[in-house]
Amino acid sequence: MTARDDASAPSAAPPDGTGEPLVVLSDVQKYFGELHVLQDINLSVAHGEVVVVIGPSGSGKSTLCRAINRLEPIDSGVITLDGQPLPAEGKALARLRADVGMVFQAFNLFAHKTVLQNVMLGPMKAKNVKKSEAEADAMRLLERVGVANQAQKLPAQLSGGQQQRVAIARALAMKPKVMLFDEPTSALDPEMINEVLDVMTDLAKEGMTMVVVTHEMGFARKAAHRVVFMDDGRIVEEAEPEEFFSRPKSDRAKDFLSKILTH
Amino acid sequence: MDAVVSNFDLYWQGFRMTLVLTLISAVAALVLGTLLAACRVSPVVSLRWFGATYVELVRNVPLTILFFFFIFVAPQIGIRTPSFFVSACVALSVYTAAFVCEAVRSGINSVGVGQAEAARSIGLTFTQTLQLIVLPQAFRTVVPPLINIFIALTKNTSVAGGFAVTELFAIGRRLANANPADVIPVLVGIGVCYLILTIPSGILANWVERKVAFAR
Repeated sequence: MTARDDASAPSAAPPDGTGEPLVVLSDVQKYFGELHVLQDINLSVAHGEVVVVIGPSGSGKSTLCRAINRLEPIDSGVITLDGQPLPAEGKALARLRADVGMVFQAFNLFAHKTVLQNVMLGPMKAKNVKKSEAEADAMRLLERVGVANQAQKLPAQLSGGQQQRVAIARALAMKPKVMLFDEPTSALDPEMINEVLDVMTDLAKEGMTMVVVTHEMGFARKAAHRVVFMDDGRIVEEAEPEEFFSRPKSDRAKDFLSKILTH
Repeated sequence: MDAVVSNFDLYWQGFRMTLVLTLISAVAALVLGTLLAACRVSPVVSLRWFGATYVELVRNVPLTILFFFFIFVAPQIGIRTPSFFVSACVALSVYTAAFVCEAVRSGINSVGVGQAEAARSIGLTFTQTLQLIVLPQAFRTVVPPLINIFIALTKNTSVAGGFAVTELFAIGRRLANANPADVIPVLVGIGVCYLILTIPSGILANWVERKVAFAR
């Protein structure tokens, strides 16, 4: 099945426009030395909304994603989560991060812990969940992402696709309000990409709020409510996927799409 | 040769003292050095500053000066210890901790930054991240340099011999003075005693290194 088949019929219900948005970035600026990597970023993500961020390399899309749980501190502007501005370092920030799931390009599973321990650790240490409860919960999540039979192995013994699904389970174990995906399939062999995207698509259908930085246009068409196109540290264009892919407004987006969609 | 055989009990006494000095100082230096390494990678600027200053100050001063400080200067400014032995342990631990700190810090840096980011992103605090995720992985790469440091520590305990702690080196000097004709066998005997301590450390290091190896 290709993603395009679904494009005309978005599988998840679009989020209702009511209520406070879950994630709000206003006037965010960020520099890496001289490089102005995030410029005047204004973005809000509603409860249950799936936002896909695309753009060329170096456009700042990963930095944007990482700024939302303050893995990258910003230089000015405000980011709020569920109405609360992000705290600075310390316990308050740790508590906030517990509510934001993050999935990395390089998986970043804890190399010295088993798959099961990877998933149990967060709830036990950051939320004081009892071990038996954390374990049952972890096994349920591993079941859900299809790697329960690997629970006792070390991450290095798993394939990339399996590792990334474990990473998703690890993030979900914290029962996050929002999930951030920073190029979750970019480090994967082509044949493993779909097993990860399937898990993500299911999550989107279940109403999880997601911010996904990706080059998978199929996923964007199938699961996103909104596509955000970034270039040179700016948000150049925002639109519904159908609209964006068929009638991009900016020249930069037209150029970008012509390069990636011709194959 | 007689000087060695007939003074075997003295050798044994010195050997035990060297061993005890080494073990106590090694454990104390490992704990202190790890805490210092934690300071050096901490998000708190003043802790980083403290760690860096400690290391630069302590590792660049001869050990003998530290002994002088803890045995003669410290009591005058109110830092007293019950005995020369304790002062010697303190001097050795303080000195060795600076080296342990740098070894552990290099181990921390060898753990991919992604591990710490993942730990923080599931809501672990800095301390939990270090304790549960980074240090357990760091120590595996740090075993060989740590054993190096502890072998150096074993030999450095000989400085205590100059400060009224009767360990191997002090015994060696005493026996050499008492038996001028047997200086060579006496000192060879002392050297062998050090080897008995240090060579197994190297073997232990290789064993530990294999034991803790894991696939990344």
